[in-house]
Amino acid sequence: MSGSMEFLLWTKGPMFDIAMVIFAIGLLARLAEIFLLGRARNYAEPRAGEWPAGLRTMLTRTVADRGTFERAPFNVVVGWIWHLGFLAALLLFVPHIELAKGLFGISWPALPNPVVDFLTAITLLSLVATLVHRLNHPVKRRISTIEDYLVWTVVFMVVLTGYLAYHRMVNPYPLALGMHILSAEILLILLPFTKLTHILTAFIARWYNGAAFGRKGVQS
Amino acid sequence: MSGLDPIASQSSPGPACAKAPRDHGHALSILHQIRHALGILIETGEETRIDLNAMPFGPGDLERLTDVLGRGEVQASVEALGPTLIQETAIPGVWLVDYRGTEDQRLTLHIEIALTPEILRPRPEDLAESIATLDSRMPRRDLEPGDSPPTS
Amino acid sequence: MAARKTPEKTLGESLRDHGLSRRGFLKFCAATTSMMALPPSLAPAIAAALETAKRPSVIWLSFQECTGCTESLTRSHAPTLEDLILDFISLDYHHTLQAAAGEAAEEARLQAMEANKGEYLVIVDGSIPGPDANPGFSTVAGHSNYQTLMETVEHAAAVIAVGTCAAFGGIPQAKPNPTGAMSVMDLVKDKPVVNVSGCPPIPMVITGVLAHYLVFGRLPELDSYGRPLAFYGQSIHDRCYRRPFYDRGLFAESFDDEGAKLGWCLYRLGCKGPSTYNACATMKWNDGTSWPIESGHPCLGCSEPSFWDAGGFYEPLSVPLTLRPETLLQAGAVGAVVGGGLAALARKKVKDAAGTRQPVTVEELEQKL
Repeated sequence: MSGSMEFLLWTKGPMFDIAMVIFAIGLLARLAEIFLLGRARNYAEPRAGEWPAGLRTMLTRTVADRGTFERAPFNVVVGWIWHLGFLAALLLFVPHIELAKGLFGISWPALPNPVVDFLTAITLLSLVATLVHRLNHPVKRRISTIEDYLVWTVVFMVVLTGYLAYHRMVNPYPLALGMHILSAEILLILLPFTKLTHILTAFIARWYNGAAFGRKGVQS
Repeated sequence: MSGLDPIASQSSPGPACAKAPRDHGHALSILHQIRHALGILIETGEETRIDLNAMPFGPGDLERLTDVLGRGEVQASVEALGPTLIQETAIPGVWLVDYRGTEDQRLTLHIEIALTPEILRPRPEDLAESIATLDSRMPRRDLEPGDSPPTS
Repeated sequence: MAARKTPEKTLGESLRDHGLSRRGFLKFCAATTSMMALPPSLAPAIAAALETAKRPSVIWLSFQECTGCTESLTRSHAPTLEDLILDFISLDYHHTLQAAAGEAAEEARLQAMEANKGEYLVIVDGSIPGPDANPGFSTVAGHSNYQTLMETVEHAAAVIAVGTCAAFGGIPQAKPNPTGAMSVMDLVKDKPVVNVSGCPPIPMVITGVLAHYLVFGRLPELDSYGRPLAFYGQSIHDRCYRRPFYDRGLFAESFDDEGAKLGWCLYRLGCKGPSTYNACATMKWNDGTSWPIESGHPCLGCSEPSFWDAGGFYEPLSVPLTLRPETLLQAGAVGAVVGGGLAALARKKVKDAAGTRQPVTVEELEQKL
C-alpha cells in the first residue's frame, strides 16, 4: 500500500535520470544536426546584415500580424494564452525553480502561487478549447495527425496532473505528485522527436528566415 | 502561573525572539467565526464552542486573538480533574474556557459563545439529586422534637 | 500487570471510582474530543458513549524499534487525560513497561489472548523481519518477531501500528534494508490495521486513536495509508502557519538569513511539509509549546512511507534524487556527436546523390507521367 511513495521516488530518481538523458541526447542531436547542416552557402554579396533582420523576424513572426489575426483570431488569442500560461507555470512556480536550482544552481524570482494557480486553470481551459476547435474545424480535423493528438495529450496531462497535485485532488499525495512528474518526463522524452521540438526550433527557423531576407535587403 | 489567568504566557515568545510576532492572519478568521456565532446566540439562543487547540496558530496568534477579545468582569474557576479557568471577555457572551490538568497543563482551550459557560452550570444529573443532597445535610428536627429551632 | 479477563466495568463507572465528579467528566469529554481532533459539538455524544465504554485488553508488541514511540507516549504532555485513558485500558503485555519478565511475561500475553479472544487490541511498534528474512535479526523469548506477530494477531480485534517503523517499515527498512524489515500492513492482511505513523507519533494521536476505539467501539476512518483521517487528513503544509509566506513567495534561503529570522517558509531549506500528513501544526509537541517548523526547522516528513530514502532532509522537495548535472552534460555531448554524425551522413547522401545524378530528358519525364 505504500506503493505510491515508491512510485514517486522512482519518478524522482531513476525515471527522471532516464527521461533527462533521452531528452538531452535527442535535443542535442537535433540541434547539432540543424546547425551543422546549416544552409547552402550564398555567394551573392549581402545587401544588409543578417543578424538584425534575423533577430527582428524572431520577434515579428512571434507577434501575429493583422492579417493573420483577422483570418484566425482563435488560434492567435488562445494560442498565446495557453503558451504564456504554460511557460509561466513551468518557469515561475517555486518548486520548478527549486528543481532548476537543485540541478544547475541557477534560480530566479517566482510568481506568488495563487497567480500561478490562476494561470494554470486558464491554461487548462485554453488547451481544452484548442482540442475542441481542432475537432470541430473541418480543415484542422483533416490535417491533424496522430502526433498532433499525442502531443496535445502529453501537454494537457502535464498541466492537469500539476493542477491536481497542487490542489491535492488525488490521494494519496505521492501518487498525485508522481503522476505529474511522470507526465513531465514523458513530455521530455517525446520533445526531441515530435513537433514539440519547436520550443527551440521555432526561433531558429524564424532567425534563418529573417536572416535570409535581411541579406537580400527585403523586409519580412 | 497565576491562578486566574487563563491565557497566561502559554506560548509567549521568549527573550530571544523579542521582535513582535508577525500576523499570520489566523486570529481574524476566528474573530469572524465568533461574530457569526454571536449572531446565532442572540437570535436563537444556540451556543457555540470553538476548540482553539485545533487551530494552526503560529507564534503570537493566540495573544493577538485574546487581545482583541479583551477581559470582562467575570472570572471563575472550577476544581474538577484539575482547575478549569473561565474568563469572560470584553464581549458579553464570549468566554474563554481553559481546561487544565491536575499538573496545571492545558488540556484544551475553548472559546464558548453562550450566556454562561456550560461547565459553570450544574449538571442535570447532579441537579436531580440536589434536593436529596440538601435534605441529607439539613439538621433533622423531627427526630428530636424537644430541641429549640436553630437561631441562624 | 497480571493477565486477567477484562472486568465488566464501564469507563463512566471507572472514572467515578477515581472520584471524578460529573463536571470533571464533562471536562474529560471536552478534552478527549479535542484529543480526537473532533469538533467540540460532538462532546455530548462522546460523553454518552464514554459512559458505557468497556475496558479493552491491549497487547503491546515491540519489534525492531528504538522505544522512542513508548517514550513519546509515556512522557506525553497531558498526563491527567492520558493516564485516565491508559489506566482504563488493560495493558496486559508490554515488555518495556511490564513488571513480569521471562516466562511469566510471555504467559501474560498468552493468557490475555485466551481470555479476550477476538476482542483484544494489538499495538505494534517497530518493523518486523519478513518471513523470508533471517529470523535471528530480532527475536523475543526465542521466537522470531514474525512468529510472535502472526500468533498474537490471529485472534485480535484490530492492530494498531504505532510509529513509522511499524506502519511503513521506517528506518530499519531504509536502503539497503539489511534485516528484510517489513511493516505490519505488509504482513497482516486479514485484520483491520490502523497506522499511527510518525517518528515518534504525537503522543496525543496514539491516545486519541485508543480513545476513539474506547468511545465508538470501532476504529476511526482511515486514509489510503491506513492512518486516521482526523489526525492525518491534512498535510503539514496546508495547516502550517507559515503557509501564507509560501504563497507569497517569501522563503528563508539559509538558516540564519533575514527570511529565517522573520519566520518565512522553509520550503527551500528542504521542508517536506507539502508531502507530509500529520497533526503537528495543530497539536504541536512538548506541552503544546512548539513544533519543528515553529522552531525554525524544516519538516523531515517522518510520518510518510520511505521517509529515510526520500531525498536529503535539506534538499527541497522538488529536487530530483539522483540526477547530476554531469550526467546531463555527458548526455548532451553524446547527443551532439550523434547529431554531428547524422549531419555528416545527410551531407554524404546529398553528395553521393549529386555524384550519380543523371540528366533527364523531357521524353523520359513524359513517359513516367
